[in-house]
Amino acid sequence: MNAPAHAAILRVSRLGVAFDHPLGLVRAVDDVSFSLAPGERFGLAGESGSGKSTMALAILRMIRPPGRIDAGDVFLDGAPLSRLDEEGMRALRLAAIALVPQGSMNSLNPVARIGRQIEDAYADHGLKLTRAESAARIGALLQTVGLPEQVARMYPHELSGGMKQRACIAIAICLSPKVIIADEPTSALDVVVQRQVMETLGRVQQQLGAAIILVGHDLGLMAQFVDRLGIMYAGRLVEVAPIARIITAPRHPYTRALIAALPSLEQRGTLQGIPGLAPLLRDLPPGCAFHPRCPLATERCRAERPAVREMGDGESVACHLA
Amino acid sequence: MFRYLRRNPSLSFGATLLLLLLAFVVIGNFLVDTEDARPLSVAAVQPPSWQYPLGTDRQGRDLFAVMVAGTPLTLRIGFIAGFLGVGIGAVLAFIAAYYRGWVDAVIRGIADIGLTVPGLLVLIIIAVSVKGSLTVDQMAIVVASLAWLNPTRTIRAQVLTLRERGYVEMARLSGMSGPAIILFELMPNLLPYLAATLVNAVSSAILASIGLEVLGLGPLEAPTLGMTLYWVNYNAAILNGWWWWWLAPIVIIVIVFLGLFFLTVGLDEVANPRLRQQA
Amino acid sequence: MSAFLELRGAGKVYGGGLMERARNIALEPVSLAFDASRPAITAVVGESGSGKTTLARVLLGLARASQGQVLYQGQDVAQLKRAARRDFRRDVQAVFQDPYGVYNPFYRVDHVLTVPARNFAIAPNAAQRGERIAQALRAVGLRPEEILGRYPHQLSGGQRQRIMVARALLLRPRLIVADEPVSMVDASLRATILASLRRLTDEFGIAILYITHDLATAYQVSDNILVMYRANVVEAGAVEPIVRAPRHPYTRLLISAIPRVSTTRDWSTGETAPPRAMVNTHADTGCRFADRCPAAMDICRRETPTLRLLADRRAVACHLDADAPPLPEGNLAPVLA
Repeated sequence: MNAPAHAAILRVSRLGVAFDHPLGLVRAVDDVSFSLAPGERFGLAGESGSGKSTMALAILRMIRPPGRIDAGDVFLDGAPLSRLDEEGMRALRLAAIALVPQGSMNSLNPVARIGRQIEDAYADHGLKLTRAESAARIGALLQTVGLPEQVARMYPHELSGGMKQRACIAIAICLSPKVIIADEPTSALDVVVQRQVMETLGRVQQQLGAAIILVGHDLGLMAQFVDRLGIMYAGRLVEVAPIARIITAPRHPYTRALIAALPSLEQRGTLQGIPGLAPLLRDLPPGCAFHPRCPLATERCRAERPAVREMGDGESVACHLA
Repeated sequence: MFRYLRRNPSLSFGATLLLLLLAFVVIGNFLVDTEDARPLSVAAVQPPSWQYPLGTDRQGRDLFAVMVAGTPLTLRIGFIAGFLGVGIGAVLAFIAAYYRGWVDAVIRGIADIGLTVPGLLVLIIIAVSVKGSLTVDQMAIVVASLAWLNPTRTIRAQVLTLRERGYVEMARLSGMSGPAIILFELMPNLLPYLAATLVNAVSSAILASIGLEVLGLGPLEAPTLGMTLYWVNYNAAILNGWWWWWLAPIVIIVIVFLGLFFLTVGLDEVANPRLRQQA
Repeated sequence: MSAFLELRGAGKVYGGGLMERARNIALEPVSLAFDASRPAITAVVGESGSGKTTLARVLLGLARASQGQVLYQGQDVAQLKRAARRDFRRDVQAVFQDPYGVYNPFYRVDHVLTVPARNFAIAPNAAQRGERIAQALRAVGLRPEEILGRYPHQLSGGQRQRIMVARALLLRPRLIVADEPVSMVDASLRATILASLRRLTDEFGIAILYITHDLATAYQVSDNILVMYRANVVEAGAVEPIVRAPRHPYTRLLISAIPRVSTTRDWSTGETAPPRAMVNTHADTGCRFADRCPAAMDICRRETPTLRLLADRRAVACHLDADAPPLPEGNLAPVLA
């Protein structure tokens, strides 16, 4: 399927998430499969409405009604997560799979000091430490993310955006998870701080030997950070390939169009977009969801939905023409 | 609309209760002569029977007629006072919240001071100072004099949040004047909230008026629900075992408040979409 | 110089009153001018807290300058009479970042178009007004029959933002201040919206102030650029030379920090400086970038650098260029031709 199955730390297999909308069933994630090797950096890119954030929540089984996982499974180190009950899942979250959610820096408890918030996170998982041990552990965590030790005694409003985000990363890694999912961790930060935060994230991930899934829409960021990239469109994973290949020889027309839509710093006047609009998930066109906007669409594309084709070696694409 | 009513049980239930009450009054008007709500109309202290379905009181009033005549009077006091209160409160709130500055400070100051004074006390003093007895409408004005305080504060808070919205700034850039922005941009978005506040205000006004009436400070000649309870007290009806006399007004009062309460809860849900039940 | 809108040493300070939060200099005095005869797209680039949004709000008259003047047709904007004020509002329009909050959910989207159309009397009767509105929508690539009559929640973010551009176009202003117009819009749509802004300048002669933190789109679509850092303009001029060969160390840092889509991973860290302070006060001595600057000298910590004029029509505020002539009156108008 992707990385050799026995080595995969996380394997998503034909996962589907559906929402019960009064106007009909909405499929936010449709038949998505990929796997993650230990220590690998995997990017999940897509625009709004592509289903990438829902994907991140689905891996952690945090989809709330009216949404539900109605197909497929997620395997952590070979063990299927669907077999676990809520208690089991709770134990896994943060300890084995950690999430840095979108907008987390604005979701820090404004009336609790940072150190206390980190402590709350691991105390919730049954880790009881003495005052001294706790302080030492928090200090070490903060140092890992490049924050001075006194941040533990500060409140979120006293920190800048980049520092808050790094505090959120500290919370996410406090139990040394095997997989870190970061959903748009730098979207509200300027480029300079973004670089610092991503560098911190990368360093932390390497130190822990953890795999990371970076969810976002900035292909430039993906290009500089991830090993492999998955492109999502209308709830489906339309292409997965090593990042170098995606940049130099993308297979799916949408990937090609996305890369072409990036503003270049080399030549002015070359900015181009993708015509049309992303489809509403509850009103998908027949056949391939991308065909109304695809310059290469054929009759087959309009009628038949392309199946995901494995190209071997961790690559796949869902297109009739690839 | 009816689909929504089905999904909002509180609103439906509250509206139903009030509609039932309305039906009672309308139908009742055909069944009984409201003149019998005056004293010395019929035989006194009769328990409920076919002739007098709710019995009669010590002064010779047909209690059925009293309920039919008095319920709308009580409701009228509540509505007039509630509308006046919210009307004045809303105007002051919009002005204070939109223009800020010293206007806001003054309005807010008055409202804050007014809110700390015990309302019932003020009402009693006002009612006592009026020469002679109050009419129903004068009663409404008395209650309204304090009814605007809370709406001013709460509506102001809502307007303050709306004021920062992008569309208000856009309206300024489009050349709209202050009053125009208040009327056309802010007000429409507050209608559900205003409706909920109104029902609340009506509820409080009815309570305040009944409170005053029970103390004997209301319109003595009017057969309102509160005055009926005053006479119940005055004539020691409970000790005398004339249970039908106090049961009827109390049941109606309970229905009125339950109806208004559920209406408020229902309107609250309309005003705050996040409270809506999942489909 | 037929400048219809001018800033003369306009600056903005927030707070500092008796019971208010700490005094923060949001914008240091800046002078520039917009000339109707030479419309261009000027980008204002900087991180949050740089002063770019404050600059926009001062230009739009939404914030009052604490010092200096904002002049419209030679008159102080704060003292305009009603008729002149109406002209000002018509001549200087805005497109904001958030395509959601700018719509009043109570009304259909037509409301944002009809209200200014009526207030500024762009047409003598309703029929012609409707025609002008339809024209404006078509000019930004939207179909009037698909847009008019809808409620905001029925349209996508990209469509809503394009309607805002159409609204700005409708009034034929002389300047449009676009504050992060595409940052909340999908990448695939950004080009379309920015292209319609470019057309506004090229075809309709409207000057545009494009405020963004995204240097790449700024480079693609603008003629000039103003780089801001902590309330100061640190570099300004034609966009091509500045992006090709940035002079100010902050501009260099900004450009190097942009992640490129390329197979070479050259996104080195570059900087491990402490996070910058969050307020700018009068007590700050010297250049505000000094604590993060790789080329900081002694003088940088003592003296605030003034804007200097360099040969290739650019202005820079840095002690590294101390031997260049100072920018006359600190007025940026000549470099933003």
